Parts: sequence; structure tokens; C-alpha cells
Amino acid sequence: MRGGEFGPLRQWAIDHQIKVGTYLGAADLVPVTQAHIMADTESLGRSGVEWLERWTTLPPAQRQVRIPAITDPRGTDFAHAQRLKQQPWMLDLERRAIAAFEALGVLMTDTCINYQTIMPPVRGEHVAYGDTGVVIYCNSVCGARSNFEGGPSALSAGLTGRTPRYGYHLDAARRATLLVELSWTPRELNDWGALGGVVGRLAGDYSQVPLIVGIERVPGPDEMKHFGAALASFGSVPLFHIAGVTPEAMRVEDVVPAGQTLRTHDVAEADIRALQARYAGNKDAIDVVVFSAPQLSLLEMQTLAVLLDGRNAEIPLLAVTSPQVKPDCDRFGLTARIEAAGGTVLSGMCFYQSYAREMAEANGWRRLATNSAKLANIIGGYGYRPVLLSMEQCVEAACAGSKPKPSVRA
Amino acid sequence: MTERIFYAVAGMGRKVRAQALVASDGFSARYDLDRIRGTFSRPEHKLAGKSYVGRVLILDAAKGGVATAWMLREMTARGVTPAALVLNRANPIMVQGAALADFTVISGFDRDITKAIPDGAEVEIDPTGERPFIRVVSSISSS
Repeated sequence: MRGGEFGPLRQWAIDHQIKVGTYLGAADLVPVTQAHIMADTESLGRSGVEWLERWTTLPPAQRQVRIPAITDPRGTDFAHAQRLKQQPWMLDLERRAIAAFEALGVLMTDTCINYQTIMPPVRGEHVAYGDTGVVIYCNSVCGARSNFEGGPSALSAGLTGRTPRYGYHLDAARRATLLVELSWTPRELNDWGALGGVVGRLAGDYSQVPLIVGIERVPGPDEMKHFGAALASFGSVPLFHIAGVTPEAMRVEDVVPAGQTLRTHDVAEADIRALQARYAGNKDAIDVVVFSAPQLSLLEMQTLAVLLDGRNAEIPLLAVTSPQVKPDCDRFGLTARIEAAGGTVLSGMCFYQSYAREMAEANGWRRLATNSAKLANIIGGYGYRPVLLSMEQCVEAACAGSKPKPSVRA
Repeated sequence: MTERIFYAVAGMGRKVRAQALVASDGFSARYDLDRIRGTFSRPEHKLAGKSYVGRVLILDAAKGGVATAWMLREMTARGVTPAALVLNRANPIMVQGAALADFTVISGFDRDITKAIPDGAEVEIDPTGERPFIRVVSSISSS
């Protein structure tokens, strides 16, 4: 590959992996079974799209991925781009990126919840995943092995079928490095996200692996999703353990070597409320409500539909899900119920990866309510003032003037 | 100020000489930057409102998501980019992004590099040798 025998794209890919692996101390490469590629066009830019297109003229044998490669959300939902006031040039760039990836043999799944919808990895499986929320969920809840693989590196893994063996591919890196003793178990998804934010700030960087003790019940997949996504977002952390819950930490001693003392932090409800208070705001002065980051599961969409039954959103309310969940929402009538209440169901995109700054300017959006701690953490940099609320509170904020009516479906 | 050299554990890219912009804070191209205007845009960031264009960013740790892996190249293509990145702790995304963009990054020091380099100092970075380093050429007041 390095000599160019398999074409210039695979040559670039292996060179890229060797550069990265050398920097990060990889001894060799490890075979991987799947790649998940983050490549929205706001990140790629024109130059990134042109860079991808450059490779599409190669013969198929030289340009196509060797292992299943799927994509993270795109920067638009074409069906609703006009509603979002996205510009034609953004859509053109998205179409070009999609065509380029398809030419490389990538499956355009456009999801950041592939672990809920496509092919969850199994314990010990080495993968090359992008999107920090995907990595932390699959490492922690599934027991898979991945580093944060940005778009270029995930694409490289797709092309070579391997990735540099450093970090979370290694046993030694997966042991706990700090202990979080929890005295309060979150209830709402935004609480789980806020807990992820608190732990992420305590952890602080990529090498840290929190071990959580004291949770009173087994969190569900959506709770794990919001917790992990926020932990990865606030702390750049790709792995956590929950004692007695996550597969590598059935016992504390499984992830804490004998005789090792970990730095320990107590986390109480007050800590979680304090983080939420940083994103407090007037619920009556919201410009847009966004459920996104991560994309909503089928069950989250059902909960939202129930909350909206008989209501009328008086400001834009956007519910973002995956292209795999959306057809089920359509079949089960959830899309119709959300849209009957004035909401918009978006598929295959992610709010913050969809030219969020330009959408804010075009729509006059500044004060954004969400139940995603991850989105609240990110979106301030795009000029928004995020308000972190529960899903129910978000619905109340959107429907401030409309009273709930009895629902025949709820 | 006396010339001082600080050696890093790892480095990548080309030799760079430029003015330092220093803060004890993290770095993510997606979370922290207005990449059109070339400024730090995250209100909570210690460099909020400051231009990063052409400056050597000296920060604590790589933060945030995976987008920086593409964004460093996109920023470089438009010429709205820092001169280099110097971090106490890099994460793989910064390294992957630097590898794609041929961007200069060094990381890993025997001290807190954000305390060792004065804001506004002129610095030289050489990631090309066996021991990548940053050298303070002259200490000047922050602009």
C-alpha cells in the first residue's frame, strides 16, 4: 500500500495512519470491522469536498472501501432545507459530498445513533468510529474498541481495513483513572446529560476513564446515550465504566488494578443542578426548540409525540432523528402527531453540523432550548444562547400559549 | 527575557515562527471558533473575541468532537488559520487533523506550557527533529 501498488488513495490512507500512529505511539495497526465517518460539509468546506472528489475518478478497485463504512449525520435534511433557510450553495456542497462518498463505496447512513439502529459492535470488537457520542457509547456500553476517529482517519480505516493500535485499542488504556461516587441518580435525559457534563469536566482529557459508582438502577439506552454524549463533549472522554452495569466493569476490581488508588470525586444532585444552572434562561423568551445531538431514538420520538398531542408549538420546534428511525415514525404516526402540533421532524442531519450559525442569522434564532447537554455545550460557539431543559419543559416553552388537551393516543 | 526552549513528546508539521496566543483553556475548532471571522467565539473561552489567525496557539488540551480533523484543513485552505498549535495534551483528533492539513502541532511537556510561554511572545516551533521543541525568541507585550 505504501508503495502505491493499490492506488494513490490507499497510499494516502496508509501514510496518514502511519503519521498519526507514530505521533500517538502505536506499535502497529489493528484490523477493524467497521468505519463510521463524520463528514458534514460545514466541517469539510469546499476544499474538503474537492479533496474527496479528487479520488472519485480512480478505478473502483482503487477507490472503494474494504470494510463496511457508514456516515455520521449530514448538514441538511433536503426535504426541509427551505424551512431551515439553508442556502442553495450548502445543498449543492452536500450533494457533491454525498456523490463522492458513494463513489468511494461508503453507505450514507447519516446517523450518530448507529449503535441503536444499524449494527452495534460487540465486546472486544475493534472498530474505527467517528462522532464522539458513537465512540463513547460503543466503547462503554457495548465494550467495543475505538479511538475518536475523525473523518479522514475513519475513511483511512475504511480503505485499509485497519487503524493504528494506540489508546483504547489497548487493555492498559481502558482501566479506570478516576472514581466518581454518585449520591443521586438522574431522572430525565437532560439530567443524564448534565451528569455527563459534570463528569466530563472532572475527567478533563482524552486519557481519563471515569468509573461511576452509586447509580441506583441500570440506565436505559437513551439515558446512556445522553450521558455518554455529554461526557465525551465536555471532557473529550471516549470511555466510561459503571460498576456492575457496563460490560468491562462487572466488578470494580475488573477496571481498577489491585493496590491502585484512584482520585475520587463525590457528585451530588447539587453538582448536576449547578451545571444546568449555567444554561438557565427565561422559558418564555425562547426562539427555537431543538431536539438533536444525538439524533432521537424511536422511543424519544414517541415520548415527544405524546407530549405534543393536542398542543400547538408557537415557535419552531425541531426534532432530529435518523433515516432509519424516521420511516418507523412515519408508519406509527409519530411524525404526523409531532407535525400536527407545529413541530418539524428532520431526518439524517444534526442541528449543530448543519450550518448552525447561518441558520441562526437567517431565522433570527438566538435563544435555543434543548434537552441535550451536548448541544448546549457546543452551540454557544455558534452564537446561540442555549437553555438546557427537560423534554417536557422544552415542549412547554414551545407551546407557552397553548394549553394541553386530552390526547386520544397518549 | 532569556531564550528558553521547551521540548515536547511528539510533533508534526513544519517549522513555524510567530506570535504566541496563550491561555489555560482547551481547544476545539468546532466548539470554540468562528472560522469565518478567525476569532474565538465560544463566550466561556478565555480567548473569546480574540483573533487566532497567524498566531501560535498555546493551550492546555484538545477538547470537543471529531470535526477538527477536517476543519484544520479547511481553515488552512482559506488562510484563516493559526500558525501552529502547542498543547499540554493533544487528543487523536488534533493529530489526525494536523496530519491531513500538514499543520504544525506539538504536545506533551515536562511542565504546564501555558504557564511557561508569555502571551504575545515571539516563538519558534520545530517539530521536524527527534525532539520537537518550542523556543521563546523574544518576549513582547500582548497585542
